[in-house]
Amino acid sequence: MADPLSPLTVPPQAVADYLSGYHPAPGVADELFDTEGHIRPVWADLVATLHQLTPEQIAARFEQGNQYLRDAGVYFRQYSNDPLQERDWPLSHIPVILHESEWAGICDALAQRADLLELVMADLYGPGRLVSEGHLPADLIAGSREWLRPMVGIAPVGGHFLHLLAFEIGRSPDGSWFVLGDRTQAPSGAGFALENRMATGRIFPERVTRARIQRLAGFFGAFRDAINGLARAQGRGSGAAILTPGISNDTYWEQTYIARYLGMMLLEGEDLLVENGRAMVRTIDGPQPLGVLWRRVDGSFADPLELDGASRIGTPGMVEALRQGRLGLVNALGSGVLEMRAMLAFLPRISKILTGAPLAMPNIATWWCGGEAERAHVRDNAAQMLIGPAFSCDLPFDLGGASALGGTFRGDGRHGTIAEWLEAQAGQLVGQEAVTLSTTPVWDEGRIQPRPMTVRVFAARTAQGWRFMPGGYARIGKSGDATALAMQRGGSVADVWILSDQDVPEETLAPPPQVGEFQRQSPGILPSRAADNLFWLGRYVERGEDVIRLIRALHLRLAGTDNTADPLLTGLRTYLTELGVDPDLPVPAGLLQRIATARGCAAQVRDRFSVDGWAALGDLERTAQGMAATARPGDDTARAMSVLLRKMAGFSGLVHENMYRFAGWRFLSFGRALERADALAALLLRFADIAAPVGSFDIAVEVADSVITHQRRYRVETGRDTVVDLLALDADNPRAILFQIRRLRALAEDLPGADDHGRPGPLLTALLPLEAELRVALPDDLTAERLTAIRAGLQNLSEILTASCLR
Amino acid sequence: MIYDIRLVIDYAYAAPSDGVRTILRLIPQGDAAQSVHSALLTIDPPPDERRDFTDFFGNVTTTVGWHHPVTAITYSLQTRIDRLPDPPFLDLSPPLAALAATLAAQQGLDPLSPHHFSGASARVAPLEEVTDFARDCLSPGMTVFQAVQAIGQALHRRLEFDAAATTVDTTPAEAFAQGRGVCQDFAHVMIAALRGIGVPAGYVSGFLRTFPPPGQPRLEGADAMHAWVQAWCGPEMGWVEFDPTNDQMAGPDYVTVARGRDYGDVLPVHGVLRSAGGQTSGQSVDMVPAEE
Repeated sequence: MADPLSPLTVPPQAVADYLSGYHPAPGVADELFDTEGHIRPVWADLVATLHQLTPEQIAARFEQGNQYLRDAGVYFRQYSNDPLQERDWPLSHIPVILHESEWAGICDALAQRADLLELVMADLYGPGRLVSEGHLPADLIAGSREWLRPMVGIAPVGGHFLHLLAFEIGRSPDGSWFVLGDRTQAPSGAGFALENRMATGRIFPERVTRARIQRLAGFFGAFRDAINGLARAQGRGSGAAILTPGISNDTYWEQTYIARYLGMMLLEGEDLLVENGRAMVRTIDGPQPLGVLWRRVDGSFADPLELDGASRIGTPGMVEALRQGRLGLVNALGSGVLEMRAMLAFLPRISKILTGAPLAMPNIATWWCGGEAERAHVRDNAAQMLIGPAFSCDLPFDLGGASALGGTFRGDGRHGTIAEWLEAQAGQLVGQEAVTLSTTPVWDEGRIQPRPMTVRVFAARTAQGWRFMPGGYARIGKSGDATALAMQRGGSVADVWILSDQDVPEETLAPPPQVGEFQRQSPGILPSRAADNLFWLGRYVERGEDVIRLIRALHLRLAGTDNTADPLLTGLRTYLTELGVDPDLPVPAGLLQRIATARGCAAQVRDRFSVDGWAALGDLERTAQGMAATARPGDDTARAMSVLLRKMAGFSGLVHENMYRFAGWRFLSFGRALERADALAALLLRFADIAAPVGSFDIAVEVADSVITHQRRYRVETGRDTVVDLLALDADNPRAILFQIRRLRALAEDLPGADDHGRPGPLLTALLPLEAELRVALPDDLTAERLTAIRAGLQNLSEILTASCLR
Repeated sequence: MIYDIRLVIDYAYAAPSDGVRTILRLIPQGDAAQSVHSALLTIDPPPDERRDFTDFFGNVTTTVGWHHPVTAITYSLQTRIDRLPDPPFLDLSPPLAALAATLAAQQGLDPLSPHHFSGASARVAPLEEVTDFARDCLSPGMTVFQAVQAIGQALHRRLEFDAAATTVDTTPAEAFAQGRGVCQDFAHVMIAALRGIGVPAGYVSGFLRTFPPPGQPRLEGADAMHAWVQAWCGPEMGWVEFDPTNDQMAGPDYVTVARGRDYGDVLPVHGVLRSAGGQTSGQSVDMVPAEE
């Protein structure tokens, strides 16, 4: 059998015919076959490749693609009402293939549409002539929740409202293309397109074909340069960032991915503040100016002060910054109004009025039922229509709210006739032609089958005009039905290849060759919220580890004694109980919750976190959850805890070995060191007490992972002085308080505010006496009172850090 | 009649509050019915930034911000207003039945366009029970203005003034169901009722003379900022203002501060802060004829 991943080097010789059952429906355009039933030339290589492979080889290749997506952690959230439900990215493994000449025509037509949308936007938020001259109904615009009155009269920075657009297009039975909807608010999917391409590259590694596929990277580079150019116009040092609604958003993963890919900060509304009309990022070094925001937040949520007052994800004062012309937005607030379904009814005419030319690519025929003649037309042709909410910004096939298709109501609870409904609702409704889409090949249970599809086309404004992402993203319907209905949620997504006749040059995101001096990029600024999450990630990871060690010590004892009244067992149980951990369960909820909280903190800073580190935390959490169901008390649990400790060490190792020593790493490390020092002090307070039961000293040494060191250093039985010496005063034992305090001091020296006009800043001022005390102390000096005071001092450090850097 | 008006609104926070920004709609705007002689808004502690602008609906709007933590804020407005006499009154409104066609013929989206005020707004959406109530107030052949008056009167009978029954976040549906509330609730329910029968309607905030002329009863709502309703009565007559709390046209005893689709558009003080604790606030108003 041939290696399934070896490139195509021999002439195609079919081992199977996967197309025998491929029958496009009559009257429907097909991407693979032309109207005479011949395979279109752009598909020839791919079809030949597939036919050379056995079903097992094909399955193995598809699994490679899936494995890539799983390893990269690609997910999306399918249902907004279940924010924690993460879904695997639904890749359809066979790409859609279009020839570059056809694609060029699509881009030309959509560039015209993009310019038109900019003109409409400028009018709706400017002079308002389209409405006052009767080309758009006043009540349609006034009734739209996306037309944001506070933005009227505010000119956008740089002169343009729209910078990034997406168009959902489909192919008619006659082979021509049409627009199903415009994505103007905050188009998503560009990052997924990159991952589609990476995964598809694993599935079809054949160089012959790949060399002719137009690359995506150049689009992103051009878009990034355009955003940075807009930011620079806001003054020196003004950065660009992505504004996210937060981790419960359905495309949060994509936002973190794009942020990393483009090297931009990912911010939430609360990371920003507005001072004197200037948008600033709250960072550990104080507020830093921001020039441009690429927002993924819907416009009305952007500012609770002047827009939706109930918004919890906005930045108070953002509209003020816009009004003063000191913040650029991609895209301007209020651009969602262009997505309104009813807008499609008017754009064809508006195109002629504003540009003198008809739309180069038509949009789906739409009638707004606020007009009497249009309403009558929709009523009389209801059998060929999709009737739905006029103000909705969803694409036609994403049926939400009350709707009717082909003359019958969808869903229940609606009485009366369509005609009565139209009369009663009138301007609340639009009728849209029930369109037929083209079909494209998908792999379905061992065969290739036709499925309907739409292509999402991304366009970015650059200094040279609109630049289009060449392919990357198609939505694929879940059934063979070629009406737009099959495109509803639950379908899949495919890569789109734009194929050239010759090899295309490689493109990467690397900047063009430098002219002039080499300039080193600064590592970037750290938002306070990100620092806060890293700090708490460190603390919760350490808290988890502490509990794991305590549970292991408990179960090792359990395995070694049948005396349930053993005072050591009782001591450990009490100690765990006081930490909120149930000592009777092998994997108590208190442990799982610490790990989950650590992972929650990591989730908030996923754009700053390596994929491996994230995967290690996820593995730790899943393993612990799995053990909760199976671990038995005694040896079994002790072994389970050892497994968890090793996984924890794996995470720590990734952080320690691989994480760049930037400010974020310091906060993470500070959190861990602080928590470990505190846990050691607490441990000594309880188990290094003179009055503690016999064997307590051993527990302290064991929990602190210092058994062997103790044997080698002291060669005697544990006593209070040896235990305190080793776990508190030893500068070389990583499990000693002094060691961790010195670490905290070293970290603090590199944190903002370390130097206060030649004197130590507040954090160091608090740390230095602690360090000095422990350096000169003898074991007897470290009484319970002193240990308690050290714990209070550590708590104080946390508060100082929060006050100085994390708010 | 020239009035001196003094308004004081204060807030106290349980904990020092960081990043306080507020947006204020407190300064009256001159128009055909009132001329503003002076208006001075003072804020204590003095904010670190302050800018005035005119919002979409033409209201004087002030944004202020503090760059340090604050524990209490006092907003004081001192203004002298000449409330001009209303012109002689004629009902020029079209029959209610003809209003829809009249409305459809109105193009443009200038701030006074009735189209802003005909559909649902953030705090006032159509309500079946309120629309039914409004329909019951109508009789055949009524003009729009007659309908506005009839509905205002009926609401005044239906709702009881009760300063303790509702909060600023009470919905029109709740206020209508419990049959009591303050001027904000009266106004919101009346707006819902008018929009329900196709009459564009909006919210007006302002002041009401504290002590009435001799021989007349003291009106409800005079001890704090007041609210009433504006209704669109066709292109000739334009907007008329009615106070359902006191069952009368908003005449010479009324001074306007701001107009919008509902309370959300005219919030006198709207603030955002980063704070752990709660807050308390108080308000006092005096509107008296000027002594000259």
